[in-house]
Amino acid sequence: MRSRRVAASLAVGVSVALFASACGGGGGDSAGGAGGDGAATTISVYSTEPENPLVPSNTNEVGGGRVIDALFSYLVGYEAEDAAPYNDVAESIETTDSQNYTITLKDWTFHDGTPVTSSSFVDAWNFAAYGPNAQQNSSFFSQIQGFADVNPTDPDGESGPAEAPAPAAETMSGLQVVDDKTFTVALTAPFSVFPTTLGYSAFAPLPESFFTDQAAFEAAPIGNGPFRYVDRQPGANITVETWADFPGERKPQVGGVEFRSYASPEAGYADLVAGNLDYMEQLPPSALVGRLFEQDLAGRNSNTTYLGMNTIAFPIYDPKYADPRVRVALSMAIDRQAVSDQVYDGLRDPAAGIVPPGLDGYVDGQCGENCTYNPDRAKQLLAEAGFTGPIELTSNADGAGNQEVFQAFCISITNATGLECNFVPVPTFAEFRTTINAREATTPFRTGWSADYPSIENFLNPLYRTGASANDGEYSNPQVDALLAQGDAAPSPDAAFGFYQEAERLILQDMPTIPTFYSNTQAGWSPRMSTATTNQFRELDLITAAVSE
Amino acid sequence: MGRYVLRRLLQLVPVFIGTTFLIYVLVWAIPGDPFAAKCGDRPCPPAYIAEMREKFNLDDNIFSQYFQYLGNLVTGDFGETFSGLQVSDLIADAYPTTIRLAVLALLIEAVIGLTAGVFTGLRGGGFVDNLVLVSTLFLIAVPVFVTGFVIQTFLGLRWGIISPTVSIDPTWGELIAPAFVLGSLSMAYVTRLMRTSIAENQRADYVRTAVAKGLAPRRVVGVHLLRNSAIPVITFLGTDLGALMGGAIVTEGIFNIRGIGGLVFRAIVTKEGITVTGVVVLLVIVYLLMNLLVDVLYAVLDPRIRLD
Repeated sequence: MRSRRVAASLAVGVSVALFASACGGGGGDSAGGAGGDGAATTISVYSTEPENPLVPSNTNEVGGGRVIDALFSYLVGYEAEDAAPYNDVAESIETTDSQNYTITLKDWTFHDGTPVTSSSFVDAWNFAAYGPNAQQNSSFFSQIQGFADVNPTDPDGESGPAEAPAPAAETMSGLQVVDDKTFTVALTAPFSVFPTTLGYSAFAPLPESFFTDQAAFEAAPIGNGPFRYVDRQPGANITVETWADFPGERKPQVGGVEFRSYASPEAGYADLVAGNLDYMEQLPPSALVGRLFEQDLAGRNSNTTYLGMNTIAFPIYDPKYADPRVRVALSMAIDRQAVSDQVYDGLRDPAAGIVPPGLDGYVDGQCGENCTYNPDRAKQLLAEAGFTGPIELTSNADGAGNQEVFQAFCISITNATGLECNFVPVPTFAEFRTTINAREATTPFRTGWSADYPSIENFLNPLYRTGASANDGEYSNPQVDALLAQGDAAPSPDAAFGFYQEAERLILQDMPTIPTFYSNTQAGWSPRMSTATTNQFRELDLITAAVSE
Repeated sequence: MGRYVLRRLLQLVPVFIGTTFLIYVLVWAIPGDPFAAKCGDRPCPPAYIAEMREKFNLDDNIFSQYFQYLGNLVTGDFGETFSGLQVSDLIADAYPTTIRLAVLALLIEAVIGLTAGVFTGLRGGGFVDNLVLVSTLFLIAVPVFVTGFVIQTFLGLRWGIISPTVSIDPTWGELIAPAFVLGSLSMAYVTRLMRTSIAENQRADYVRTAVAKGLAPRRVVGVHLLRNSAIPVITFLGTDLGALMGGAIVTEGIFNIRGIGGLVFRAIVTKEGITVTGVVVLLVIVYLLMNLLVDVLYAVLDPRIRLD
């Protein structure tokens, strides 16, 4: 009896000790909620966990991109309100033929005190483009001469048995360092928009320490931007502080930023309403119903468009959707305003083109009657094409609101044309993209695009040029390709607009994707923020952000 | 007793291997390529995909992948995520919070559930009994996420009594509301279980004997009745701790608690089998140890039960 008691109390004791050891730590308070004096306050920003190591050329999702943009300054910067490009680290970017560029730099240093030189850029770009380094953003360098040598393509396509050959060179021949403050870039073909693209994070400079110890850099990134890395708690937050010696002209007003990871937008929204979180760039669907956020966040919310598009793409490789008349008819059968009113409480703007407003070179109403609700014409076109349905639309169901809006599209199509239309959800985005990337889609599918850099070109070349990286429907039109090439070859971005705009009109006649809505975002901020501008890339503009306390 | 505990500990090994293998296969079987959605609306560069598949052995067959993983695990290496973070670090960061949440939930459900159960079991049929029956039925019927959102919205947002989410290193106080949500369902079960058990044993021979011996009513209830009635409830509470730790996904999501639940959820979505398996390994161990503890406690409560 006695011994049994001892053993049992031992067992209890051991398990208690097990818990006690795991329960240690804790306490401490959350940053961001506490205030200091206005100039040195850290603000907290809604974020998600970065999916990749914090290296600029390997980050192209928002969770990591937000942090990279705070840590780095690029050759070119964009204005918060209209995304107009200006020279940031670059003193000048000059060209005579849109193919050969000479870039000179301002005096600038990294956070560790080492200077930003031409080599900082050239080495970083060569690293990003080099195939074996396997960087997600390597394709951004494909226009530079010598890219094919460092990143050879697979001779028989990705699915073929042969492997891509080993790179013939380690550096791109198109990049030449002239001196510490000057370097030249030679492209394989003229590309008038090239200077504008240089504000994208893939083109960030890297300090020498990156190349000697990449792991250390990933653990504590060293940039040249307005904010300096402080620390990171995986799954919880990433903190940066304002860099006192920042050489840029536009200096931040706040003392630092805490990028706080949230498990769900709803949790972030609850914190925002309660004043525990300072800024959130996209409020969850539950807050948009009945425009609830306008009551919850009275006087501290905004609804703005940004550089993004929502579209429905056709698998043009499927004979069922090969006839342009079918595609145009379906576009005409969607009552965009009614869907916006029903699903989004009127918070989305119906699209009348495949280029969002807020871009230099944007023309309103490029789509014309092809994007105007017209059930009679839709029926007539379908009859001419001999299309007899039924229609299925597909989308991933894990994205917020996809299901509702696609069901509404289907109802609109059925009402307008009398054809049976069904929405077929795919559970996850990964599964959805697997089908599309393999070109196995058999139904029109949801697509979307957000600008990498603010140019009308970014909404055309990657999406509609023959064989382009995001041309999911395999659209191909030689006339469009020719116009895009002419636009690329124009002497300046302004001179290129005409060609791009004409290409856009031509594309919309073919309707490879149905433009549905321009991207809107509903942002909210805490009462203590006096300035919170959502920029055209749907991020808080950290330079103008300010708190009043 | 010692031999029994040792035998049970040895049984851990095959269970451990079986569960981790199952989990590994299940994660692997989720449709869709993990790298298809990593670059947004455009496919990732082939060089990137090839490198990542190589790094995480995704092109090997599933058995080879699993044994490579298990080999590392035995040496204490939990592997790293796609974003290059050590899974062991992630778990070390997340675990303390989840354990605190689960222990708190267990305490809440034990204290409230046992009290209500004993009280209504001793005096069945009255107003309080009916009230408890109706309210436990209500708790069982309402899903956890509804309870969670209701508490968050009213206590947190509308009335401002609690913070709607918990901070990064939460204090015990902050975790009370989430723990209540997490434990509410089991609390209802504990109440019901305890009530029935007490009501049944009240008519048992040994209780009658104890009363006949002239023992004080407090001693009859406190020692004789409670001790015997607690056995099924202890079983439930013990296994529930394991369930609470693994099942906190919903609660942790609502209150944004940086715990195991959120970690597993994110890893499943991004198809990071390595993280999922790492966490599940620990959950399995906790579950098995709790079961062992429950069995040992049986013998303490009822000396007639022998383990050897």
